[in-house]
Amino acid sequence: MSEKVTIQDLDQVVIRFSGDSGDGMQLAGNIFSTVSATVGNSISTFPDYPADIRAPQGSLTGVSGFQVHVGAEQIFTPGDLCDVLVAMNAAALKTQYKFAKPGATIIIDTDSFGEKDLAKAEFKTADYLGEMNIDPDRVIACPMTTMVKDCLANSGMDNKSILKCRNMFALGLVCWLYDRDITVAFSYLHEKFARKPAIADANERVIQAGYDYGHNTHSSAANVYRIETKHKKPGRYMDITGNKATAYGFIAAAEKAGLKLYLGSYPITPATDVLHELSKHKSLGVTTVQCEDEIAGCCSAIGASFAGALGVTSTSGPGLCLKSEAMNLAVILELPLVVLDVQRGGPATGLPTKSEQTDLLQALFGRNGESPMPVIAACSPTDCFYAAYDAARMALEHTTPVVLLTDAYVANGSGAFKLPELEAMPTIRPPYVPEELKGKWTPYMRNDNGARYWAVPGREGFEHIIAGIEKDSRTGVISTDPENHQEMTGLRRQKVERIPVPDLQVMGDADDAELLIVGFGGTYGHLHAAMDTMRAEGKKVAMAHFRNINPLPANTAEVLRKYPHVVVAEQNCGQLAAWLRMNVEGFSPEQYNEVKGQPFNVTTLVENFTRRFF
Amino acid sequence: MSQYTAQDFKKGQPRWCPGCGDHFFLASLHKAMAEIGVAPWQTCVISGIGCSSRLPHYMATYGMNTIHGRAAAIATGVKLANPSLSVWQVSGDGDGLAIGGNHFIHANRRNININMILLNNRIYGLTKGQYSPTSPRGFVSKSSPYGTVEDPFRPAELCFGARGKFFARTVATDSPHTVEVLKAAHAHQGASVVEVLQNCVIFNDGTHSQVYDKAGRAKNAIYVKHGEKLLFGENLEYGLAQEGFGLKIVQPGVDGATLDDVLVHDAHCEDDTLQLKLALMGNNDGFPVALGVIRDVEAPTYDEAVHHQIDEVNAKKPYHNFAQLLETNDIWEVK
Repeated sequence: MSEKVTIQDLDQVVIRFSGDSGDGMQLAGNIFSTVSATVGNSISTFPDYPADIRAPQGSLTGVSGFQVHVGAEQIFTPGDLCDVLVAMNAAALKTQYKFAKPGATIIIDTDSFGEKDLAKAEFKTADYLGEMNIDPDRVIACPMTTMVKDCLANSGMDNKSILKCRNMFALGLVCWLYDRDITVAFSYLHEKFARKPAIADANERVIQAGYDYGHNTHSSAANVYRIETKHKKPGRYMDITGNKATAYGFIAAAEKAGLKLYLGSYPITPATDVLHELSKHKSLGVTTVQCEDEIAGCCSAIGASFAGALGVTSTSGPGLCLKSEAMNLAVILELPLVVLDVQRGGPATGLPTKSEQTDLLQALFGRNGESPMPVIAACSPTDCFYAAYDAARMALEHTTPVVLLTDAYVANGSGAFKLPELEAMPTIRPPYVPEELKGKWTPYMRNDNGARYWAVPGREGFEHIIAGIEKDSRTGVISTDPENHQEMTGLRRQKVERIPVPDLQVMGDADDAELLIVGFGGTYGHLHAAMDTMRAEGKKVAMAHFRNINPLPANTAEVLRKYPHVVVAEQNCGQLAAWLRMNVEGFSPEQYNEVKGQPFNVTTLVENFTRRFF
Repeated sequence: MSQYTAQDFKKGQPRWCPGCGDHFFLASLHKAMAEIGVAPWQTCVISGIGCSSRLPHYMATYGMNTIHGRAAAIATGVKLANPSLSVWQVSGDGDGLAIGGNHFIHANRRNININMILLNNRIYGLTKGQYSPTSPRGFVSKSSPYGTVEDPFRPAELCFGARGKFFARTVATDSPHTVEVLKAAHAHQGASVVEVLQNCVIFNDGTHSQVYDKAGRAKNAIYVKHGEKLLFGENLEYGLAQEGFGLKIVQPGVDGATLDDVLVHDAHCEDDTLQLKLALMGNNDGFPVALGVIRDVEAPTYDEAVHHQIDEVNAKKPYHNFAQLLETNDIWEVK
């Protein structure tokens, strides 16, 4: 066998690891993305979990996938379809093959394709490749289980522990395919299993075995690929999921503002990881309370804000419904509060593990009375950090509740995060009531921004009551006066309308586009990739993406009116389009709407936009 | 001696109906706070919705009049964020036990150090006369014209069932006793429930008539005090004694009963069995209504435990700010 192999340069590659929920596909995927990021590749990952709590082993409903997209240049999405599909068992091949590109390389563990495995996966014959029309030449069929067992035969580990290392064999094989430096994976493992060095060693040996297997059998694979980084952005990076980035954003904002961070929460998919993450960081003074219900999560955060902390509550759609009344209390109390809604498929329980953008109008309007509330939507896993920071800053400086929208896709997905410097982040200055107002101050006095002054209990001379009932704008006592209610309604609205937000940026062919693609939040990557593809095909396309939804950027109308065609693309039935129509007179956009619980597919977007607008 | 008077805690003109129990209770609360001596600016009173939830508007302290049922949850956040505050939560029977029942039990379970006042008039007053979760079975109201067909909560039972550590009962019109009980609630570290029996002159007049005036209490109530014999009656001629799994009334010197048979009240007893028996006594069963501190057991408070854990972790973990937190991750450098 020749020691020489052909290395072929690639711009990007998408790999999908799939297997039983317990097969460790996410760990394998995470290590691969980290190893790639270390050489400066752009990365994006996305886990695809089953909704079943614990489906039977080897069954079709128990398969989970983890997709990793690695690129030489900046990439925006985890990719539509994969170039390599790793299927650890028959059920994985059966359910995940639809995510593979035509001609993709398929890696399977032949030891998990026995008679029983095939039956569980509902194959009718032993010719599973034939049944699925898979060309055997594209398949790397490898008895992984056997080889892992051989590799660890003298390790002293029990059979169950040995089988848990199969994912590392697949990882080693993929690392060989893409010419990755496996020593980076070794150090990752030794850090992860710092307290269990034997486990780290075993995993290391299995990765090496997988890598060697790839090397030794290369004659059966067409080529080996390498992704060379083209434009490196120097700096220090870490891999971060959207939920973790959100938690970090809150921590950073509280520290910048000099406040304690309080999170009141109730576990709910896909938002729970924010509670998990913040619960770890008591050494930063973070207080987290797993409350008796969603309502108490929100209410206790309001209490914490009244008492002088940065109050945050985290949830997903069904929890947002439950918090509505308390959010409205924060509106009329004019207290800082951040409500994080990690959107999932609805209505009701809907699709708990899947992603949608269907809570937008609820965030904007889902409360009784005139209830203006700023809404911010994070655009990517790493943007969750900045969006959370901005939401907290807005809440604190304007004494208002703010809804931060992310979604299951950006929350669970990850990207390379350039370590931020807190010194470089914008200052946060809450409107504490000035000492010189003592004796003259009333609870609804405002600063120049229209923000109600914050008088934190414990300060002498500023004792006051705030209430969910309407108060007189001057005296702060209960008032049902019609003129006063009109005035207070206006003051609350103006306060939110006057919050400064950055202008809408137009990307792509800003001057002469035929089509402007408009979106918000988590679809940023897919829409951007669609625009890039269409421009590469010679079409004039621009894109404007909303991060601030209330208030809207000042140049919104100007941008939306500039282009012959505007398509608002969103993962709901047209909620952003409705909001824009309401706010931009005469604006009547084209729409692209999908409510499947899955991220957009770039190819589908490109085909659709091209057919309709070119 | 406290530097404050009741006047220092008063604000505004209460708008409750003339004769409402809330007036009596408010005056006692002002007086108790003055005697407790915590500054108005270090005191926070939080209510939900209902007649009694107007109370914070008449306090010269920090206060919040919030939404229906949620006062305990909001008070929990206040106490955790600012543990130096003396936090009082005021609810009626509807606010505290119906819509807010979940927060009531969980505040007790966690043992957050707040004082939870339950103003119990067994009726919904603000919405003009519907039965409440403490209205007796068969109670006729606007929403139960043929009488209710459900049993009421007995607040003590709910408190004890949620592992509550402090429960006291008083009557709104009995000011000196209310002040004494409120001071005991403040002194207790942890969730302190004080049930205040009060009359609604408009929609449920006479609901507590057997104990609402002094003469009635002399006959129909027993004032319980930790360490003292459970004696009652106009001349303290009766006592409570144990019989099997329950209580009985004895008259020392009659039918062979002696003073030794009479139980000594133990509010500090961890086992709440006899305390619950005291709390559930009622005139309809031939027993006196127990007033005073029925249960007062020391236990770690939630707020202290939360902050203790933060200190403990803080001492162990090597990172104490955001920049240091970032460094705990796997970091790579692109050059």
